[in-house]
Amino acid sequence: MKSKKRYISIFLFVIIITLLSFKNDPTKKITLKDITFTNPKGFPKPNYNFENNKISVEKFILGKTLFYDNILSKDNTVNCGTCHQQFAAFAHIDHKLSHGIYAKIGTRNVPALQNLIWKDTYMWDGGVNNMEVQPINPITNPIEMDELIANVLIKLKRDSTYISLFKKAWKDTIINSERLLKSLAQFTGLLISSNSRYDKFINKKDTFSASEKNGLRLFKSKCANCHIDPLFTDNSYRNNGIKIDTSLKDMGRGKITGIENDNQTFKVPSLRNVEMTYPYMHDGRFKTLQQVVDHYSKPSNFSTNADRSLLKIGELNTVEKMDIIAFLKTLTDCAFLYDKRFADPYIRYN
Amino acid sequence: MKKILQIFILIVALILIVVQYSFTLISKPYKGSIQINFKHIVGNDLLKLDSMHYKNELGQDFIISKFKYYVGKIHLTNANGKDFISKDYYLINEDEDFSKQINLSNIPNGTYTSIHFILGVDSLHNFSGAQSGALDPLNAMFWAWNTGYIFLKLEGNSSFSKSPSGVFEYHIGGYKQPTNSIRQIDLDLSSTPLIINSNTSHLNIQSDVAEVLKTPNSIDFSILSSVTDLKNAELIATNYKDMFSILSIKNEK
Repeated sequence: MKSKKRYISIFLFVIIITLLSFKNDPTKKITLKDITFTNPKGFPKPNYNFENNKISVEKFILGKTLFYDNILSKDNTVNCGTCHQQFAAFAHIDHKLSHGIYAKIGTRNVPALQNLIWKDTYMWDGGVNNMEVQPINPITNPIEMDELIANVLIKLKRDSTYISLFKKAWKDTIINSERLLKSLAQFTGLLISSNSRYDKFINKKDTFSASEKNGLRLFKSKCANCHIDPLFTDNSYRNNGIKIDTSLKDMGRGKITGIENDNQTFKVPSLRNVEMTYPYMHDGRFKTLQQVVDHYSKPSNFSTNADRSLLKIGELNTVEKMDIIAFLKTLTDCAFLYDKRFADPYIRYN
Repeated sequence: MKKILQIFILIVALILIVVQYSFTLISKPYKGSIQINFKHIVGNDLLKLDSMHYKNELGQDFIISKFKYYVGKIHLTNANGKDFISKDYYLINEDEDFSKQINLSNIPNGTYTSIHFILGVDSLHNFSGAQSGALDPLNAMFWAWNTGYIFLKLEGNSSFSKSPSGVFEYHIGGYKQPTNSIRQIDLDLSSTPLIINSNTSHLNIQSDVAEVLKTPNSIDFSILSSVTDLKNAELIATNYKDMFSILSIKNEK
């Protein structure tokens, strides 16, 4: 009788453990309701249309699994999440220039990945015209992941986990570049940040301190010409007044268009989560927001081909700078930075 | 009386059958198919990769190692002005024989007097993100860093080229101003119209690599051995507009 009880309790224990492990399985947690796209209040219509890449839980999970998998790199050492860290709004915190495999250093600062579906072009120079084809660049770039898409597909086709994930997502066993890229786009496209303290303030669900309020007022008159809300970028290319780094000689947009006036202009980045995306500028030359604000308030230091709208900023005093920074920090969206839907699904021990 | 009624019913039934038959005729007209074959030449010679030696109009020697290009928006116009349009893209590659054959089916029967297509990939498909088939980026006809398809690749060697080991590389693309390398090709078939019936007809098109290098812009290998971005692309696009001609048409009876 006693042993029977023991068997029953062991049996129950096993059942409970199994149920718990199901609960911890990242693929089981997300439902379609969690990833249904709704346009945040006040945001314009997105440029990328999920109608042509219908969102499903299986595709999103596949995209997320790929995003965080070293399989995308030539020597299986880095993944997208290596340089795009969630807590830094998917930028690379405290890294001036991008890092690649074999400890290679790139030529530009890792941009944040957020609100991508509202962009019209991608990369600092806007060379990529559709979110879906962007990942080809970091995957194949010799100083990033240095891998061929064809090799990635070979590796995926050999992997029983991916065979099953692709089948679940796409309903048959074909694994090709279109499906790889569209799955990734479901994950990156849903990285939406619209829940900062600023958003709550605008919707009267939070209050600002006097300093933050003054910062917002100053920001609107001095910075919002390029960093227009709600996305905090006007998606244009501009020379922000920093002098060219002669070791990088980065021509930016000019390399894409071949137009001389576009030389040394770069895409205006969004300022959402800017507190977490340091260092700043296309080459990561400024370590702190203080340095950035100092730069913009010193016209005498601007490069000769600086964007004309910068001259409107004028010199700012210490308190004004402090207030602007206080406001910028209200753009931090903790709900996004720690959103479990976007977290690395792999457990790493290294 | 009964007999008249019977005859009446019979006539009505006959009319119904005829009407139904003609409806099927209208809704399902007879359709046929064609096979378009691309034959690649260099002036008066056949194109042979990596082996044959040719001369451009400046007398400079060269060999060709790669010749591939996109054809799309194929459009046949029949004698009554009605069109058949295919929306697919095809990547024609000298190195892959099967790629030089395009099969089109479901073409309404009729006499077709012209064929139109583009050499290149239209703007919409350059903006459409991840695609498969002929437009799969894996075909190495895609620029990732400055999104866009390479419409035509011509590579080879010439002793006149100043590039390392005498190579020349022409990668031609560009789908928006100021560099638009898409070219509309219109070929007249009125002298020997293409007849589509229930059998497969054959349309043989010749494309002449020599035309990529001349008229109106004579390409000097010693000056221009590399076009791999939008710079100078239009020079070559203006040339390749005239590289196609009709070789022969074989209508199946």
